[in-house]
Amino acid sequence: MNIHEYQAKELFQRFGVASPKGLPADTPEEAEKVATDLKTSHLVVKAQIHAGGRGKGVFKNGLKGGVRLCSSPAEARELAQNMLGHFLVTNQTGPDGRLVRKVMVAESVEIQREVYFAILMDRETGVPVVVVSTEGGVDIETVAEKSPDKIYREKVPPLLGMQPYMALKLARQLEFSGDQLKAAAKLIQNVYKLFSTLDCSLVEINPLVVTKSGEVLALDAKFEFDDNALYRHPEIVAMRDENEEDPREVEASKFSLNYIGLDGDIACLVNGAGLAMATMDIIKYAGGRPANFLDVGGGASEEQVTEAFKILISDKNVKAILVNIFGGIMRCDVIAQGIINAVRAVTLPVPLVVRLEGTNVDQGKKLLTESKLPIRAAADLAEAAKLVVAAARGA
Amino acid sequence: MSILVNRNTRLLVQGITGQSGAFHARGCMEYGTNVVAGVTPGKGKQSFDGKVPIYDTVSEARKQTGSNATMIFVPAPFAADAILEAADAGIELIVCITEGIPVMDMMRVKEVLRTSKSRLIGPNCPGIITPGECKIGIMPGYIHKRGNVGVISRSGTLTYEAVWQLTQRGYGQSTCIGVGGDPIHGTSHLDAVKMFAEDAETKALILIGEIGGSGEEEAAVWIKTNLKKPVCAFIAGATAPPGRRMGHAGAIVAGSSGTAAAKIEAMKAAGIAVAETPATIAETLIKVFKN
Ligand SMILES: Nc1ncnc2c1ncn2[C@@H]1O[C@H](COP(=O)(O)OP(=O)(O)O)[C@@H](O)[C@H]1O
Ligand SMILES: [Mg+2]
Repeated sequence: MNIHEYQAKELFQRFGVASPKGLPADTPEEAEKVATDLKTSHLVVKAQIHAGGRGKGVFKNGLKGGVRLCSSPAEARELAQNMLGHFLVTNQTGPDGRLVRKVMVAESVEIQREVYFAILMDRETGVPVVVVSTEGGVDIETVAEKSPDKIYREKVPPLLGMQPYMALKLARQLEFSGDQLKAAAKLIQNVYKLFSTLDCSLVEINPLVVTKSGEVLALDAKFEFDDNALYRHPEIVAMRDENEEDPREVEASKFSLNYIGLDGDIACLVNGAGLAMATMDIIKYAGGRPANFLDVGGGASEEQVTEAFKILISDKNVKAILVNIFGGIMRCDVIAQGIINAVRAVTLPVPLVVRLEGTNVDQGKKLLTESKLPIRAAADLAEAAKLVVAAARGA
Repeated sequence: MSILVNRNTRLLVQGITGQSGAFHARGCMEYGTNVVAGVTPGKGKQSFDGKVPIYDTVSEARKQTGSNATMIFVPAPFAADAILEAADAGIELIVCITEGIPVMDMMRVKEVLRTSKSRLIGPNCPGIITPGECKIGIMPGYIHKRGNVGVISRSGTLTYEAVWQLTQRGYGQSTCIGVGGDPIHGTSHLDAVKMFAEDAETKALILIGEIGGSGEEEAAVWIKTNLKKPVCAFIAGATAPPGRRMGHAGAIVAGSSGTAAAKIEAMKAAGIAVAETPATIAETLIKVFKN
């Protein structure tokens, strides 16, 4: 799960990570009020979307930059006016951009130096890794490509956590010294505490800055949380912004269905994540384009299958559906009955190809035939892919 | 022979009285697995189906029954603790089926297991089976047939697909092992490959991988210089969009790492036959096996 920058700022406050003062606003009026309350003429208005690269982004209405400095509440209001309700296109949003529904108005600071700081869960080693670079404010991928020697990584021992000496070492790596060294080390320790307490898989601060007055502040933040651990962090779940997600995925998640929308025209419904991916692959191999990933899991109920069909056909690009089930513990006859009932409940507007394999497969196939529904049965996976691609082309 | 499990395996089931724990414990018993104990705290001295004694803790169960393997069905919030308990009791093989364990919990478990004698398979895996001898997990037993092919995979149903293709063509399996779909797991593809390399019964290998991480690449590099047995691989997720988690917590392309293309490349570079589609996994293996 991801959150917005203004929400990250709330978490920073809770964990004692220094960052400039700022609050979110839903309307230009609110933006003006936040700006007034900040009691400063050094202001910044930042579009709140779940994507980075905002600073260099462009709005579809022509406004340049999703991060804009200004010097009065009236200007903040005007900038908010031009951002709210408009689409911001950045190198991470794709060409359609993202609709901005909130901005954050914050104190702007005079930057002396920008660096990069991140902690992520490294799956190769199974431990958290800190990544730092003196090249801040630019994409870390770009730095990795152009000057990989400027990136420094350090593992954190999982049972010990971030020890003070490690934080100091990292702060030195970022070329902090004097009073700033202690401030930076403190910040690093607090970010680690946040990372481990809240079950993050990524905390990226880019940039972490030193201001002209010598403060060390987190200017931006990108968080990713481990979905498996959300059950123990209700305050994080409350930060979820469904507007930032694909509506089909939001709907699917209500029924514990694992759905990811793609842009093809052949929908698929599969049991098991590995087989679901493999099914998308074989659709492509047969010359089609998958419209989604959908894993209904090992023990999908009839209700779940019905809801799954509804979500699949709500995608207007879909021209045919492939159901691919390997019935192991779940018997094929039970699955077939579920499919039949679901199809009756939703009346499918597009052809349906079903491939069943596994326990009681013959009874399952018999049920499908006897149902008299326009279901095309496939003998095996390869045939299923061919049939569904042909069906999508109107054959 | 086979790897890790056989008819001498004495299985313990943690979470045996839960709904899926009970269901799959019965499935394993029906298959012929020697289930010697169950563990559910607070239900010690009771019996499961009048056949299997239940204990409050793993260490008691181990002492009383000499169990040397455990199958964990404990719910995700408590599963990491269940793994640690099994390791502490000295259980040699820990098979964790549970899906959805927090990564931070698994990170600590992994760290503890580095210095433990226990081997962990999973979590979020279908389990392990040596056909005709011992099934630990949720796979349908009857699709398997005893033979010479070792099967390693991250996912459940995709493995069944491959196994079924083999069985239908008359090719049996020595052992099939699901390493699990989570980013941090116990046994890796490479660990399993090394064990199969040593196993005289295993004459060929199927390696099923998917996007995310680099477990498949590591296995490929080792295979290239060390393994003489024929290998066929299939990698799922070539059509998965980058940055999205495809059902399995570990199935994600991050930046440019963990792509299907890179994995397939690594397999081919190691002289491994790569099946172009999931429908041709057995066929591809049989071709290289015969030569
Ligand atoms: N509060 C602030 N004061 C001054 N400059 C800022 C402030 N916030 C952001 N900036 C500048 O804008 C750039 C882009 O902002 P950032 O929050 O990193 O958004 P993004 O990463 O989406 O482009 C930063 O690198 C920094 O130079
Ligand atoms: Mg930034």
